[in-house]
Amino acid sequence: MTAAEVKTGIDRPVARPRHDRVRLVLRTLSRSGVFLSGFAIILFWVCCALFGNYLVPYDPLASDIINALVPPSSAHWFGTDQLGRDVFSRVIVGSRDILVVAPAATLLATVIGSALGLCTGYFRGFVDDVVSRLMEAVMAIPGVILALLAIVSLGTSKVAVIVVIGLSFAPNIARTVRSAVMQERELDYVAAAHLRRESAVHVMFVEILPNVIPPILVESTVRLGYAIFAVATLSFIGFGIQPPSPDWGLSISTNYGMINGGFWWTVLFDALAIASVVIAVNLVADGVQGAFNER
Amino acid sequence: MRGRRTPARVIVISAFILKRLALSLVTLVLLSAIVFCVGQVLPGSVGRLLLGPFADHEAVEALNASLGLDRPLLVQYADWIWGFLRGDMGRSYMYEAPVQPFIVEALGNSLKLAAVAFVIVVPTAILGGVVAALNHNKPIDRIISIGGLTMTVLPEFVTGIILILVFGVWLKWLPISAAWPDGAGGFTQIHYLILPAMPLILVLFGYIARMARSGMIEALESDWTRTAVLKGLRWRTVIWRHVLRNALLPTITVIATQTGYLIGGLVVVETLFRYQGIGLLVFTAAKGKDIPMLLAGILVIGIVYTLATLIADLLCAVFDPRIRLGGRQ
Amino acid sequence: MNGNAENVLELDDLSVAYRVGGTDRLVLRNVSLRIGRGEAYGLVGESGCGKSTAALSVVRYLPRNGSVAGGHVRLDGKDIMGLDREELRRVRAEDLSMVYQDPAKALNPSIPIGRQLAEVFEIGGASAKEARSRAYEMLEKVQISDPARVMGGYPHQLSGGMQQRVGIAMALASDPKMLILDEPTTGLDATVEAEVLDLIGHLRREFSISILFISHNLAVVSRVCDRVGVLYAGMLVEEGPTDRVFRNPRHPYTVALLRCLPGGGRRKSSGGLDTIPGFLPGLGAIGEGCAFADRCGLATERCRTERPPLHDLDGQMSRCHFHDRAQSLPHTTRHAPDESREPPAPRRPVLRVQGLNKTYGRDRAGGGVAAVKDLSLELKAGQTLGLVGESGSGKTTFARTLLGLIEPDEGGRIELDGKELAERVGDRSFEQTKSLQIIFQNPDSALNRSHSVRGLIGRALRQLGGLRGAAMDRRLKELAGSVRLTDHHLSVSPRQLSGGLKQRVAIARAFAGDPSVVVCDEPTSALDVSVQAAILNLLVELQSERDVSYIFISHDLGVVRYLSDNVLVLYLGRVMEYGPSEEVFSGPHHPYTEALLSAASDIGDAEDGRIRLEGEIPSAAAPPSGCAFHTRCPRRIGSICDELDPPLKEAQSGHAIRCHIPADELAALQVQRPSTLSRPVSAERRDDNGRP
Repeated sequence: MTAAEVKTGIDRPVARPRHDRVRLVLRTLSRSGVFLSGFAIILFWVCCALFGNYLVPYDPLASDIINALVPPSSAHWFGTDQLGRDVFSRVIVGSRDILVVAPAATLLATVIGSALGLCTGYFRGFVDDVVSRLMEAVMAIPGVILALLAIVSLGTSKVAVIVVIGLSFAPNIARTVRSAVMQERELDYVAAAHLRRESAVHVMFVEILPNVIPPILVESTVRLGYAIFAVATLSFIGFGIQPPSPDWGLSISTNYGMINGGFWWTVLFDALAIASVVIAVNLVADGVQGAFNER
Repeated sequence: MRGRRTPARVIVISAFILKRLALSLVTLVLLSAIVFCVGQVLPGSVGRLLLGPFADHEAVEALNASLGLDRPLLVQYADWIWGFLRGDMGRSYMYEAPVQPFIVEALGNSLKLAAVAFVIVVPTAILGGVVAALNHNKPIDRIISIGGLTMTVLPEFVTGIILILVFGVWLKWLPISAAWPDGAGGFTQIHYLILPAMPLILVLFGYIARMARSGMIEALESDWTRTAVLKGLRWRTVIWRHVLRNALLPTITVIATQTGYLIGGLVVVETLFRYQGIGLLVFTAAKGKDIPMLLAGILVIGIVYTLATLIADLLCAVFDPRIRLGGRQ
Repeated sequence: MNGNAENVLELDDLSVAYRVGGTDRLVLRNVSLRIGRGEAYGLVGESGCGKSTAALSVVRYLPRNGSVAGGHVRLDGKDIMGLDREELRRVRAEDLSMVYQDPAKALNPSIPIGRQLAEVFEIGGASAKEARSRAYEMLEKVQISDPARVMGGYPHQLSGGMQQRVGIAMALASDPKMLILDEPTTGLDATVEAEVLDLIGHLRREFSISILFISHNLAVVSRVCDRVGVLYAGMLVEEGPTDRVFRNPRHPYTVALLRCLPGGGRRKSSGGLDTIPGFLPGLGAIGEGCAFADRCGLATERCRTERPPLHDLDGQMSRCHFHDRAQSLPHTTRHAPDESREPPAPRRPVLRVQGLNKTYGRDRAGGGVAAVKDLSLELKAGQTLGLVGESGSGKTTFARTLLGLIEPDEGGRIELDGKELAERVGDRSFEQTKSLQIIFQNPDSALNRSHSVRGLIGRALRQLGGLRGAAMDRRLKELAGSVRLTDHHLSVSPRQLSGGLKQRVAIARAFAGDPSVVVCDEPTSALDVSVQAAILNLLVELQSERDVSYIFISHDLGVVRYLSDNVLVLYLGRVMEYGPSEEVFSGPHHPYTEALLSAASDIGDAEDGRIRLEGEIPSAAAPPSGCAFHTRCPRRIGSICDELDPPLKEAQSGHAIRCHIPADELAALQVQRPSTLSRPVSAERRDDNGRP
């Protein structure tokens, strides 16, 4: 109540022009240490994925059996794996596949989820009941298991991974969008639009959609984190990115059996690389969420 | 007075429970249908899969017929569900034995692992969230929040690998495999389960602590907390009697939904630590295209998840009179 | 009021600041006030003036970003700011209690009410059993009819009025010296508010307690308080005995505030309402001079450069250099009756509603919640029909049904310009849709926050006015001008406008298609009185320019009386009374109308002869048998009321009352009441305010 009072106290007749809302979010982001550090890490790995091939000392795919399982040294900073491939080179370019697959899957999930959420939230009724129950049932199966099941039937390929993760994340986004839309459609501006004889498409996309963009953005950045999590995990259990990619999850999968032998360098650096990306994405998501909540 | 009111209350509660049960049932039916349908689109004929590429056509057909795979889909589905209800989950292609004993044993093992993880994580995470909220925006809050978030987002195999390296390989404090020697006692089993449980604990800690923290902050800023403070109650009484009960309600739901993620995580953890749980079972079945085993495993996992959310909702109703008693009398 | 030698509460030069965006902004500046033993002190002001901050600093519960920047708060001579944690807790437990604005949120949702109440006695050292029995007694004291049931129940099972009674019981349980009431009746229905205020007045005497009563509602304060202080922009601008301040205000702000109220039987035909031009200065944006100078018609150069001291005028204080001239504050609007508008030509009816019903959750057996029952009315061109009723009376459901947003039950008929309207807006003709528009209660909900003001009005002009390009731009400018929006306002988002400006945008949008009927659904209920006055003036002006008809929905009788030509009183979806405004207000009234009038009296009305309603508004899902009002009716005559639903009978021509008591008997019953309604309507408002 007091907070409200403070707000009306500074409620000047006219404040900033409208486009400043976007600028305000960007400004908040540019001042958020959490967001910036996450963004920097992601930028680093994107650069590695794009230009890594020109920077690394060895060919990440070239095996050199004589120098297999060499511990870290000045020649091989992160050592070599059981095929004698340079771990440092592999880690640097290992982000390539996951940084394509995970964002693509997230994009797919966002598009499908937003469309579903918008329709079910706006029309409600029978369609909503059926779709919601179905989505609930899908969400009752843990994502990894769902992916496992689907990939067994679709076969392993990057496209399959994108489709499967995209589809299995869509219900989460749809649920967020649906509840936001259901709140929005109770507001009087929707009634006002009906009293102007606007079409359902206009009401959904011009009136409601702009107001649910913030939750969609927040939810999809959070989902991007989970997508990287999921892709890495699928690769680790052999259902994701396939050899001979230098993908991190895949590398850990092929090498972790030798942990007991003390060959820690074959997995540790890949693990740290995954950790850095996942944490970075979540720092970004945290920043985005904070920036939208601040308004 | 109380006596007069009780029957009405019982009716309201049981109506709520019935409604909630019906919802769960619908979810389960849909779930089984989805699982069954996906099983149908799996590539190739089962007979071909079992007999290999060089078997002759008639033999494949005959095997399919003997497995009942030539009947209409709806009949097969009904058959499958009916069998499931009687405890007959079909025969495994891989082991050429009934699926059910495998599932039961694996589920038991998984529940052991999950129980160890839950027993450790639920109290610590709630405590962490509450401590963070009580020190809102202070360093300890930042450490718990950011640390929790970081741990939560790391895939289990990443934390698992690092934990194995640190505690299993370098420090040699804990066994790196979850397979305890035969006839090991309870404590030994727990000793073997701590390392596999750790990645799960780390993932869950962040979720639960985060929820507990935000619930606490909301409750602390509420008008009724202000009322309690301005009544002149001691701070400890305010927290214990007024704040905690309302603050932790949403956390119950989160704990239940996390069961789902927990089971998803089990696939990875059990693979990593070679632990004979339901996750590893499903994973092996998927690799070996052992469809009856795969479908049964997934359905069981779905049932566990649905049950967990059901229990969570009922618990919420117990603690929240607004749900329990419905609207105005 | 210097009779109280001993002050229970003293604010001494108190300043409070909130930290916003890294800088401290003062919300309370050098406020000093004293409350004597047994005295009730009212602190009034519009939103943003710092009232609630004052309350929260007394109990030392400022929000995280708030801090006391200077001064002292003393309770019985003890400095509250200097207490340590344990001492503060003891003060809160023993000496100081508070009742809050939103009782639904102020009670713990998951603890039984008896437990929450008994807790207060336990702090005082009572045993659990003793605490319970005293809690029971306390609930009886606040006139809760079935204390045992309430003790075992939870807050969400009670109505707002009952919740607030519990809140009051809890506050008084510790037998405190000082009770702070922070807008305790805001959000309650008028009849419930009247009951709660009676209860506060009654308990105050019983407990001989000192009261700090915070409210935006001048009439409420005048009913409860001995002395009153007027806050403006965090400063106390006037203070004194309630009677004197309201009858003889000595600060231009108080004068202006009192003039904004559409009370005292004023009508739109007697001229516009006064408004307060300009806006409240921003937090901490007050310069050297008087905070009110920019909005004051009396302000001179001196006011802008020199902050006026608090002048003591024999017990009444005024922070104005020209306190002796305060009442000569120039009027902001014309007050002479508008002769050119009279007499009205015979008007054609534009809207006719016959036998409209709306039942929610209807089943085959005829069950369900009858939100609107058998409603008929007629609206003539250029006239206003006031729709009055408390929450649950079906006002809003009726409005939405009329607009075609909700489907009515079969059988009713709505005619616009002689043609029957389809039930759903989508099935109505384009002409019909644009002729029937609405101004919603809450502009935050009604204006899409993603669109600019220009976009909002422009879209309506495109869709409803069929305008494009330059023609649209021209019309947009015209329309914006007629609701007093400037170009600058057009380019911003509605979020960046104040409440009053937002409502102007909504009005412009409703008028985009030149409607013949506009439904106004409590358009000013969320606004401060000074802003409300400006919006009401605008509506009247638009009506006289465009000959538009209004259906004006409100719970505020003063506003309805000011605007309406005809009035319709709803209770549980049923028409209780219908007729020309003057006749409905002068009587004879339906007993429910009588109670509403009684509950919503003006500042300075006599306290005796009021009628009060007992009990709760019944649920529309289970309406009482017979006359829907019989459960609360103070004039119930017998079992006929419980059994037979009375017909709507004409009392005078065009004035119908749904009551078993004949109109002349009602008139006889009601005549003894000293009515505010017979007070002469004066064009010269000075007569009302000027006489000491």
